[in-house]
Order: sequence, then C-alpha cells, then structure tokens
Amino acid sequence: MSSSTRNEIEAVFRSESGRVLSHLMRVLGDMDLAEDALQDACAEALTAWPRDGLPRQPAAWLTTAARRRALDRLRSRRRRPEQEAMIEEATPDPRDPLRELEQQLDWPIADDRLQMIFLCCHPALAREAQVALTLRTLGGLDTRAIARAFLQPESAVSQRLLRAKQKIAEAKIPFRRPRESELPERLPSVLAVLYLVFNEGYSASGGDRVLREELCDEALRLAKLVAGWMPDEEEAQGLLALLLLSDARRAARLDADGELVLLEHQDRARWNARQIEEGRSLLLHTLSRQRLGPYQLEAAIAAVHADAQRFEDTDWAEIAALYDRLLALRPSPVGELNRAAALLHVHGPAHALATIDALLAREPRMADYVYAHVARAEMLRRLSRRDEARGALERALALARTEVDARQLQRKLAELAD
Amino acid sequence: MRYMLLIHSNEIQEAGMSEEAMGKIMAEYYTFTEELMKSGALRAGDRLRPTTSATTVRVRNGDTLTTDGPFAETKEQFGGYYLIDVPDLDEAIRWASKIPSAKYGCVEVRPIWEMEG
Repeated sequence: MSSSTRNEIEAVFRSESGRVLSHLMRVLGDMDLAEDALQDACAEALTAWPRDGLPRQPAAWLTTAARRRALDRLRSRRRRPEQEAMIEEATPDPRDPLRELEQQLDWPIADDRLQMIFLCCHPALAREAQVALTLRTLGGLDTRAIARAFLQPESAVSQRLLRAKQKIAEAKIPFRRPRESELPERLPSVLAVLYLVFNEGYSASGGDRVLREELCDEALRLAKLVAGWMPDEEEAQGLLALLLLSDARRAARLDADGELVLLEHQDRARWNARQIEEGRSLLLHTLSRQRLGPYQLEAAIAAVHADAQRFEDTDWAEIAALYDRLLALRPSPVGELNRAAALLHVHGPAHALATIDALLAREPRMADYVYAHVARAEMLRRLSRRDEARGALERALALARTEVDARQLQRKLAELAD
Repeated sequence: MRYMLLIHSNEIQEAGMSEEAMGKIMAEYYTFTEELMKSGALRAGDRLRPTTSATTVRVRNGDTLTTDGPFAETKEQFGGYYLIDVPDLDEAIRWASKIPSAKYGCVEVRPIWEMEG
C-alpha cells in the first residue's frame, strides 16, 4: 500500500472514529469493548480498502465491521449474555442488506457524539482526564498523540485514560444526553475542555513549537459540533465565535522561521478574512440575545482586534471596557493583567505599570507568572527605565517554560541592550 | 446500582449552632428523607453520634489495639450516611446535592462494590 493511501485511510479513521465509537458505546455500553471492536474494524479496513477502494460510507462500513467484531469478542468471552442480546437487537437483520444500509444512513449519529462528549467531560472526572478522553474518543487521537500534544509521558496519559474509563464503569457514569435542567451544570466543563484544548494548541505551554495545529483543529471541529447541537446555548456559540476569531490569526502568528509574531507585528493581510466574518456574524447574532457570558466577552475582545485594519487602529478603550465586564463576570488575575496591558494604549505606560504593580501586590501568585513580568518590562521600557526593564525581563526569562518564550525574551533583552 | 452517600461536616461548628438553626436543619433532613423514601431509592440511612464517642480498633500481630477517637483527625467529620439504589451516578449526585449538610459540609458519593453471584 502506498503511503498516500495509508495517509488517506488514516485521515478517514480520524474523522469518522468519533461517530463510530460513540455509536458503539451506546449499543455496547462498554468503552473498552467499543474501542477494541473499532480497532479490529480499522485493521480490517487497512486490508480491505486498498484492495476494494474506499467505501462510500466509511463510518457505516466501520460500524458494521466493528459490530461484527464486538459480537465475536463477546462470544469468545461468553460471560455477558445480556450484552450480546443488546447488540443483536441493535444489529439489523443480516439477511436484508438494503434495510441495513438504510438504517445505517438514518442513525441519529450526532446524538451519540453529543452523549459521548458529555460523558467524557462529566464533572465527576478530573479535568485532565476529561481532556484526554475527549481527544481519544471524539478526536481519534491515540495515546501517543495526546501525550505528545501535552508534553506528558505516554504512560501517564494511558494511566489517566485507564483510570477514567474504570471510574465510568465502576461509578456508572451514564451515557446519555443531559436534561435541559442539567445543562447549566454540565455544559461549562465541555466548553472548558474545548477551550483548554484550543489554547494548548494555540500557545503551547511547553516544548519548542508555538502552535500545535492538530489541537486547534480538533477543538474547533468539536466546538462547531457542540454549537450546532445547542443553538440556544449562548456560551457554546460564544466559544465557537472566540475560537473562529482567534484561529483566523493562526497563520500570521508565525514568521518564516517559525517564531511567534506578537499581535502588534502581525501581517493582518494573512488573517483569514472569511473565518473572521464567520466568527463576527455568529457573535453579533449571539450578543443580540443579551445573555452575556465570559466566552462571548472574550470573543468580543477578539472581534475588536479583528476590526482594526492596523494595530494603531485598535479601539483600546472598547477592549478595556470589555475586560471590565469580563472581570465582573469571571474575576481572574490573568484577566486583570490583560486589562492592564490594554490600558497602556488608553492611559499610557505609567498608569498601566501602576495597575500591574498593584495587582502583583494583591496577588502574590502572579509573581510566578511569566507574562506579568513581560508586561512590566514593556511598561518600564516605554518609561525609559531600562535597567528596571532589563531586571523584569530577566525575571521573566527565569520563569519561561517554553523555548519559544525564552527566545522571544532573549530577543527583547538584546534590543534593550542596543 | 447502589451508592453510599457519606455525609461530612464540621461537628464543632454544628455543636455551636443555636437550637433554632439546628431545628431548621433537622426539619430539612426530615423532608429530604421523606422524599427519598417516597422515590423508592432509599435503602438505609442513619445519623452518627459525634466523633467524641468514637473508638478506633486495629488488630496488629494478633493484638487488638483500641484507641479513643476517630481514625484520623480531619476538619470535617463523617456524621451520617444514606444508602440509595438508583440507575446511575447522575441520579446519585442529584440526591447527594439535596442533602441539607451539602450546603455547608460535603457529601462523598461512593458506588457499592457489588459481590458477584
């Protein structure tokens, strides 16, 4: 098999496995069995598809194969007859292939995936487990890919997945669509997981790559699904708008050498105009319903940046005002720091520096936050207090967790020395 | 599926409550237990005497060691439980969140390890 065929097939696996696995999970009620059966089916496909060509409905093909393999596995186990009855019931009459195809085309597929994401992001699971499970089951990322994306040892990720699946089975976390009344409690963890996955892709927290595109793509894809399933949930729409608007800048965030380009210096012609328009119109529609939430506000801030043709045209007063509303809804020291950085362009560096220093005095934990010192250094530099600016940058450099940040800071230090 | 709802709260704080406040909580417990009973989910439930009345027993090398007090000093103490039978964890969490003590203490939800056969 040529490597391009193999890549093509693997791309199909990745895009379809979430649907298939979710469906198998509903039918089998056992995540391990569902995963094993899907793996069997994929192995079968790797032999059959290069020979017969790609099926027109790859998800249907994989599901049919996986159901058969699940049955084989259950028969060989011979321990859970009630499960076997369930799958036989769910499998259409094998003598009627036409009906089988019909039924497969009619699956309420999206519903299964919706249940799956609520299962993976169940609040009874730890956040790290929620993230890993979501990427594993709906993103089709294997343990190694998840470990690589989050710079964690593969063994730690597989342990986490194992424990999470054990808890789902032992504590009996249900596989079902949450009731309307449960959404306020359940939806936030789904949105938080997608936000986290996107951010990890957008500004990786470690390693030498700025962007982890596969995580951005996955978060965006899942956020689209969730927003599509829940058109009445303003924050689900707000998150999608935020991801669309941020992701639109992706290409401009890297220079030719793969180094991070800050907003100020980005070539705005490289922003994805179509995606900005999509995010903007979604946001405007959502804001008109007047049920404001943090994701909508973050999206609004991203939209103000997108509106500016040049960095100098940015409406900083509007951005600072949006941060005020965001902080009122969701207080956070990092949000306060961002607000202070916006204030630089409204009230000047002295005011912004005083705000940052007040924040550092009030929130001692912020002393360990690299960007607090980067922001301080910027204000000090603008006030021509070069020695202090250098001190702040050195402090930041000592705290930098990624090579990308370290290189960026070293460049700034060199500029100060000139 | 059976779950144990383990109720933890600060018993010193509770001991310091006014009679009126305590009475209100007891009334809430009464209502809650009624509701749980009517739903058919209740299997058992009790309130425990404070940890000042607790005795901890260990057997080491065949010797029984008996000490005064709870097994560990904690900020909140185990003070009561409900054993319920519900379809899944979401239902168990729903009941746990209605336990009056959940408003100031906490409730640990533990699935029962069912013995096979």
